[in-house]
Amino acid sequence: MTTLARGRTRSFVAPSVIPGFGVTFGYTLLYLSLLVLFPLATLIWRSSGLGLSGLLAVAAEPRVAASLRTTFLIAFLAATTDLLFGLIIAWVLTRYAFPGRRLLDAFVDLPFALPTAVAGISLAALYAPNGWFGAPLADIGVKVAFTRFGIYVALVFVGLPFLVRTVQPIIAELEAELEEASATLGASRWRTARSVLLPPLVPALLTGFALAFARAVGEYGSVIFIAGNIAYVSEIAPLLIIVKLEQYDYAGATGIATIMLGISFGALLAINFIQAWSRRRFGHV
Amino acid sequence: MSELSAPIVTRAPAPRVGARAVTQDPALARHVLIGVAVAFLALFLFAPLAVVFTEAFAKGAAKFAETFEDPDAQAAILLTLLTASIAVPANLVFGLAAAWSIAKFSFPGKTLLITLIDLPFSVSPVVSGLVYMLVFGTQGLFGGWLNAHGIQIVFATPAIVLATIFVTFPFVARELIPLMQEQGTVEEEAALTLGASGLKTFLTVTLPNVKWGLLYGVLLCNARAMGEFGAVSVVSGHIRGLTNTIPLQVEILYNEYNNVAAFALAVLLASLALVTLGFKSLLEWRHADELAGRGRH
Amino acid sequence: MRDAAAIDGAQGFAIGVEGVQQDFGAFPALQNVTLDIAPGELVALLGPSGSGKTTLLRVIAGLNTPNRGRVLFNGEDATNLRVQDRRVGFVFQNYALFKHMTVSDNIAYGLRVRPWRERPSRADIKARVQELLSFVQLEGLDKRYPAQLSGGQRQRVALARALAIEPRVLLLDEPFGALDARVRKDLRRWLREVHKRTRLTTVFVTHDQDEAMELADRVVVLNEGRIEQIGTPEELYDKPASPFVISFVGEAVALPVKVANGHVIFGGREIHIDTGGLRNGAARVFFRPADIVIAENGVGELEGRVENLRRTPSGVRATIAIDGYDQMLEIDSSIEDAATLGDRVPLSLARAKIFPAEAPEVVDFADAGEGI
Repeated sequence: MTTLARGRTRSFVAPSVIPGFGVTFGYTLLYLSLLVLFPLATLIWRSSGLGLSGLLAVAAEPRVAASLRTTFLIAFLAATTDLLFGLIIAWVLTRYAFPGRRLLDAFVDLPFALPTAVAGISLAALYAPNGWFGAPLADIGVKVAFTRFGIYVALVFVGLPFLVRTVQPIIAELEAELEEASATLGASRWRTARSVLLPPLVPALLTGFALAFARAVGEYGSVIFIAGNIAYVSEIAPLLIIVKLEQYDYAGATGIATIMLGISFGALLAINFIQAWSRRRFGHV
Repeated sequence: MSELSAPIVTRAPAPRVGARAVTQDPALARHVLIGVAVAFLALFLFAPLAVVFTEAFAKGAAKFAETFEDPDAQAAILLTLLTASIAVPANLVFGLAAAWSIAKFSFPGKTLLITLIDLPFSVSPVVSGLVYMLVFGTQGLFGGWLNAHGIQIVFATPAIVLATIFVTFPFVARELIPLMQEQGTVEEEAALTLGASGLKTFLTVTLPNVKWGLLYGVLLCNARAMGEFGAVSVVSGHIRGLTNTIPLQVEILYNEYNNVAAFALAVLLASLALVTLGFKSLLEWRHADELAGRGRH
Repeated sequence: MRDAAAIDGAQGFAIGVEGVQQDFGAFPALQNVTLDIAPGELVALLGPSGSGKTTLLRVIAGLNTPNRGRVLFNGEDATNLRVQDRRVGFVFQNYALFKHMTVSDNIAYGLRVRPWRERPSRADIKARVQELLSFVQLEGLDKRYPAQLSGGQRQRVALARALAIEPRVLLLDEPFGALDARVRKDLRRWLREVHKRTRLTTVFVTHDQDEAMELADRVVVLNEGRIEQIGTPEELYDKPASPFVISFVGEAVALPVKVANGHVIFGGREIHIDTGGLRNGAARVFFRPADIVIAENGVGELEGRVENLRRTPSGVRATIAIDGYDQMLEIDSSIEDAATLGDRVPLSLARAKIFPAEAPEVVDFADAGEGI
């Protein structure tokens, strides 16, 4: 026996003949609050207990500052590398036909599907001094494992799918007419690529960059095996959180976590802003 | 909206074979770019995957099999399965409930709700574990009370399960919400006019319509649940044979220089990843329209 | 094919198309197309979807390379010239404006991409952009983005952009297809003005015969990759060369008839038409609905029955079912000469054309849409 989701004229939900709103909505809110909102609120509460000055004090600790610098700097470099190669890969996968294209395309999602610990140990094994890549690199004097370079490699691995998947649909939607128009107006192929094909991709590239960066900043499992984790040198912020927890320095751990959360949300905000601006300006995303 | 774990359901569109010459890149540029792309993917993506398998079998199939006779490894596998078997159904039910309420009804604040559901995506795994420490840990909110009553949450299975639920929270919902939004309410209304009850409508009309998206979401959720490392690492205590999941056991074995065993366990997880990827390709190829649309932002 | 006379003061080049063949896989989009366009002419390529009109336009532009045949500008072979080097102004069906550039950047694009030596100075480019903006009556919109413009405005920006490079010919692909009827009418008039002022050789593609007839000096009617007829609108209307032309350009009725020794027989009666040496056998007589009248002296070539009558502002319109023909026709007459409902009336043809029966079938109007 179905009853209308009844309400006064200004009820929360629009009246509908479909049943089950109360139960499902209620359960959704309950589950969400208990498992996600409440724990996150605890974090915010603890860090507000620190206050802004407390937060800055944590950030100023030499070891913390070093880890933050390491994390952000290398995440930025890795995201930039992903931007360049992700664009090339997305272009190649979308615009060219060659044997194995479909396979390669499915493969791009590997960093997304592979558990971080597995990625971590395999990267470590790969670039260790006796590894497939580590050995030849060692011969020319380049050390990857247990250095910052190792962190960089791991973060490039982790961020790639974000760039490729964000930019692919936009490339697919580029109209042939634009390229043809550019040609009729006398532009060479390279000029067309530069002036007509690339600009519409910029919002998607920025979005992908922000996503890859945010992910790289918080990445743990893929990095700690290859990183060396030497304090002040190759220690990433997430690792430092764990170290502090083991020392029962909940305040320190909370401080670092809050800073990292701030960065993540900042990245999300930037993404939203980019997309809104792009929609307004160009009528598309 | 959150794109931090953007849906990986995007179909690579058919390339423009036979495109008119004007819109094609010169052959040299094409070959160079393809070469660069393939080289990059081979070096950065394929090689790590290959290493997992070669290292696992480096000392032969017998040594590989030995790994699974170790009681600690077995305990890890069991704990992982247990965790996933709780986390996945829980998030599945949640995903269905959330998608139903969001897709079939109209109320203010939907965007906010969806953003909140996406939150766990934006949070670093270590931070995800941290928040549970802050709630249940010895110095946490309920730490004192739990201690006093002898209830063990952190450094035990319950915390592992909770942390896993947290990080895999949005997966099913993220697949279902856009999908059900696209499908609208027409069929459910039709079923109701024909006399079906709400539950019956849900089971016989709604579920069949979303089955592929649902399956895919469950697969993703499961893969992540079994493979989660950072969050579980924080809350688990790393007690051998008791509070180690497969990823944690992998870490222990690797740090003890027991490469074969570490990679043998890793093979399990990598295979799961490949199955997930394979299924995704299959779904896109055959049922692309039954997965959520791409333009999700 | 008669030589097109050059228009006085023409600015554009003559366009020559010789024996062009374009296949898309197994599908022949253009078959042995030959065509001459005089400098400064305004020519329409008219045809239903799939007729090859857009393909032909693109071949002239260099966006498609034909499998066989040549394209000539002022007598010089341009077939192997890249599109970048042809100096054709092309206006695309959906305008293809660069969404991330302002209106003035769009218009200036063709000038900015020129190699360093040939590029006008920044000041010159700016001046030219302003000049073109007033030409297309869009002053003040130079800083806008395409997303902020209406359809008609975007169309004019696309035209200004094409004109900026001082093209030798102007090519437009269904320029008004994407606009609503009212805007279309205004822009048609405006295109004629533009042509008068620029005097460029202009070729445009359309499936709308009204548009072709209204605007063009000459119309090229295409069907299934072949040219059916080239002529002025009057020639097409009054002297159609094939059943396709007569039914595509304007409405036509086709009566199945028999030719016997120079006589044309339908329903036992003779229709007075010059058979033009047609062999004995089956044929079809085409006439326009306006060319059939109620016979004056009671004796007609055809007969029909009045099924419906209604008043019109100028007289009476009778709907008549013609013996031997399965559709009804409407015939106007004055009030005095009007027939009565139910009457049988004699009908005669003021004007008609006859073609052999094997000639190609009439096109289905429902398919008229974009060409390929």
